[in-house]
Amino acid sequence: MSKNVLRVQDVTMQFGGVVAVDNLSMEVNEGEIVSLIGPNGAGKTTAFNTITGVYAPTNGEIYFNGELIVSNHPHGKMKKLYAGQNNGKYKKIVEHTPDFIAKKGIARTFQNIRLFKSMTVFDNVLVAKHMRRSSNFFSASLHLNAKEEKKMREECLELLRILGLEDVKGEIASNLPYGKQRHLEIARALATNPSLLLLDEPAAGMNPQETDELTAFIKDIRDKFSLTVFVIEHHMNLVMDISDRIYVIDFGKLISHGTPEEVQNDPKVIDAYLGVSEDE
Amino acid sequence: MTKTVDNKNRLVTPKEKSKKLGLLTAILFLIGLYAVLIALDNFIKPSTFTLMLIPVLKKGAIYSLVCVSMNLLNGFTGLFSLGQAGFMLIGGYVYAIFSIPASQHPAVYQYFDGGLIKFSIPELLGKVIGENAGNFIGAIICIIIAGIIAAVFAALIGIPVLRLKSDYLAIATLGFAEILRAFFQWNALGKITNGSNLLRKYTNFSDMKIEIGGNVIKLGTLFPFLIATICIVFVFLLINSTYGRAFKAIRDDEVSAEAMGINLFKHKMISFVVSSFFAGVGGALLAMFQTTIQASAFMSAMTYEILLMVVIGGIGSISGSCIAAFLYIACSEWWLRFLDSGYLPNIFGGENIAVPFFRDGFRKVVFSVIIMIIVLFFSKGIMGDKELSLSRIAGKFRRKKKAAASAGQEVQSK
Amino acid sequence: MAEFLNNNLQYLLNGILAGSLYALIAIGYTMVYGILRLINFAHGDMFMVAGLVMIFIISNGAPLWLGVILVLVMTVALGVVIEKAAYKPLRSAPRMSVMISAIGVSYLLQNCALYFTGGLPRTYPAIPMLKEKHTIGGITIESVFIVTPILTLLLVVALVLLIKHTKIGMAMRAVSKDFETSQLMGIKINSVISFTFIIGSFLAAVGSMFYFSKYTTVVPLSGSMPGLKAFVAAVFGGIGSIPGAVIGAFIIGICENLIKGMGEGWTVFSDAFTFALLIIVLLVKPTGIFGEKTTDKV
Repeated sequence: MSKNVLRVQDVTMQFGGVVAVDNLSMEVNEGEIVSLIGPNGAGKTTAFNTITGVYAPTNGEIYFNGELIVSNHPHGKMKKLYAGQNNGKYKKIVEHTPDFIAKKGIARTFQNIRLFKSMTVFDNVLVAKHMRRSSNFFSASLHLNAKEEKKMREECLELLRILGLEDVKGEIASNLPYGKQRHLEIARALATNPSLLLLDEPAAGMNPQETDELTAFIKDIRDKFSLTVFVIEHHMNLVMDISDRIYVIDFGKLISHGTPEEVQNDPKVIDAYLGVSEDE
Repeated sequence: MTKTVDNKNRLVTPKEKSKKLGLLTAILFLIGLYAVLIALDNFIKPSTFTLMLIPVLKKGAIYSLVCVSMNLLNGFTGLFSLGQAGFMLIGGYVYAIFSIPASQHPAVYQYFDGGLIKFSIPELLGKVIGENAGNFIGAIICIIIAGIIAAVFAALIGIPVLRLKSDYLAIATLGFAEILRAFFQWNALGKITNGSNLLRKYTNFSDMKIEIGGNVIKLGTLFPFLIATICIVFVFLLINSTYGRAFKAIRDDEVSAEAMGINLFKHKMISFVVSSFFAGVGGALLAMFQTTIQASAFMSAMTYEILLMVVIGGIGSISGSCIAAFLYIACSEWWLRFLDSGYLPNIFGGENIAVPFFRDGFRKVVFSVIIMIIVLFFSKGIMGDKELSLSRIAGKFRRKKKAAASAGQEVQSK
Repeated sequence: MAEFLNNNLQYLLNGILAGSLYALIAIGYTMVYGILRLINFAHGDMFMVAGLVMIFIISNGAPLWLGVILVLVMTVALGVVIEKAAYKPLRSAPRMSVMISAIGVSYLLQNCALYFTGGLPRTYPAIPMLKEKHTIGGITIESVFIVTPILTLLLVVALVLLIKHTKIGMAMRAVSKDFETSQLMGIKINSVISFTFIIGSFLAAVGSMFYFSKYTTVVPLSGSMPGLKAFVAAVFGGIGSIPGAVIGAFIIGICENLIKGMGEGWTVFSDAFTFALLIIVLLVKPTGIFGEKTTDKV
């Protein structure tokens, strides 16, 4: 059994009265590519946001490489409003900002591409190296860290070469074509030296050929950078091709999980996607 | 990309080459500029021209620094802060308080028993290393203290306000500047701040001189340039460092900057504190320039003026801020003065032409109309978010030549 | 309590007067912010311009009633012109540019005022009706102290009714909820925005008459401090909410005048108090008393 990289345990995310993620538990093991699928509005991105520290979940715990990175239980205003399960199971409150979690080694991309629009492709990637700096403010701003800066630049150049973005490195990010912007987002995430990569709909807006290329690409970077990959995706071909395991959620609840074959044949999944007919 | 290998077997891209050339030009330019400034103070006979020019240069240098400090915050980090006047106020006062000679205290603090702080750093130093050197180094020490205290205040204010977003941040920083102004005018603090009265008699630009071999060389004009250059170069290096990239990332997209491991609060705080440090230094220089300082002058209108200079120069361009500051000061203090005088100067010699609506205040009206035109129609300002560089200037010329050449061809073909 | 009231009655009355005037200005801020998400820095200066216009008209021998009408018309016209000239072209620009444009307009208005007044303080014509003295329960007060709060409350009630029950009011509410969608639903955005500026400027003009009847000198910077305070009132009450702005304005007006009553040494803090209050509100409840919560979507 390989090492457990990410463990999401009984996570509930409630906004006011709306339960977006409902008692979700998932595990991702080292070296795996795991997908999270579900109809629109099922709470997939919200689940990602709780993992990366954008939102603190209302209840539940998240472990990364065995370390507790997020923990919460309904408190304050939520004490009365809470509509989920496992209330009282968790006692600790562990909250971190997204930058802390990124430093731990979880990198992500965004569903609606969020590049640093006015910066060059190269600078977009270089920014991600910032948190791995060892120089302090004064040595960095007086450019006394030439060695480190050079190493950062070389690593980023190498990364851009691998991802086929070297020829556009001087372009302003917002001028890139759509597909390249998606690539750049992945490059930027990889530049943080992550051990777990979260991809939020990497194939959105891509045609079938590009999607096929992406399939190979994701597997490729997984091997090259010895990553564990967790993907949210709608393109079923891609999901079935790359996933070692799949989690399916609907209305925030986990409805199925297993290998691609198991999930494909699970009647609950089919119902969730096609809807249950009235007379059944 | 073409690469040439030089004899040290190092890869040198054309870009690096032009960077080196740019650095060299900048250094030569600065040396030339400093030489001219020293000449202006010492060797060139004062005329009506130099009497106008020198104050404009001094004030221009000071405002360049203040604009750059504001640009660091508003243009490079995307924090819309309107507290600049407040930090300048702190800087100016701290500078003045620590450099009023002991003998002048009873006169300056006449309503407050000669004040609480009864020493002056330049004076104390002067006793050890001679009066001129003491003034020069003492002033620098006071300026640094002024910057540091402004920065400390910024850090304290930043803890609550940097959590706020865009326009709320703007109005909160504006509010803090107003609160600071009230504190400095408060008579209960009069022993330190002289209450609502002005501070004067402290070390100013005219005290900046050195003695070389019996000749006294005045440095009154050079001094603000020297300090401003050091500070602006620091900001330039900062924004081109890894921290600068982090600032720009925050400006472009806070959410993804955070996801890339950039601690928003820490970096916003760094930018805010550094910006305020330099605003404090700018305030100290302004105090030196004015020779008197009074809190009531540091109103929000001052911040607005600085903001408008930054906009004219281009939000996100350091060289733009400097160009705009000099242009703005030169126009308002010199070139457009005639608009207030009642006459249109006759540049061909002879009688000035009387224009009835050229009276007090008309200059400022014209000025604000120009500003509105820039804000509305040329929102990129002079430089946009680019920096002045040799290759860009060369590129402009080349394009002009090309345009001229193609225009010539067109004429021929007709 | 009775003793406190006795000692501070004058300050309290001043406070209520200031509060009602801030309320009139604050409504202009809060409505524009609600719809355009713009702090209209020029709003306070329009208030000052309204004062100058009145002085100019009366000093040229026009009767008071004509002056009042002309001031209202001209201030409203100025508000609409500013919107069309300085804000409309920047509708798709980043928020910072619009705010800078607003600061530019404020600078322009102040400088124009400086030019036309020659930098000299001008005295506001006395409106006899507001200067009449009444004796109630042993104390003598001018009618401005009575008329202003009553008129302010009447105007506010009328405005709230207008927004709740008329078509244009509904359109305004829709635009403030969602600019783009309401545009798609066929609401004429530009006329809604113009209408907002008309109301805001009208109330500022009304406010200026009472304000300058009390504080009789007008200088180019007369508008900036009341303007900022009114904005703080709007934030305090929850920006976008009219009742919130009114309550915020009264609290600020009364508190700052009571501070003035605390003695000589504290007067400098009457302005600073407003901003301290602002910062506390922003930190404790950034959306103000009646504000609605908004969240950024990731």
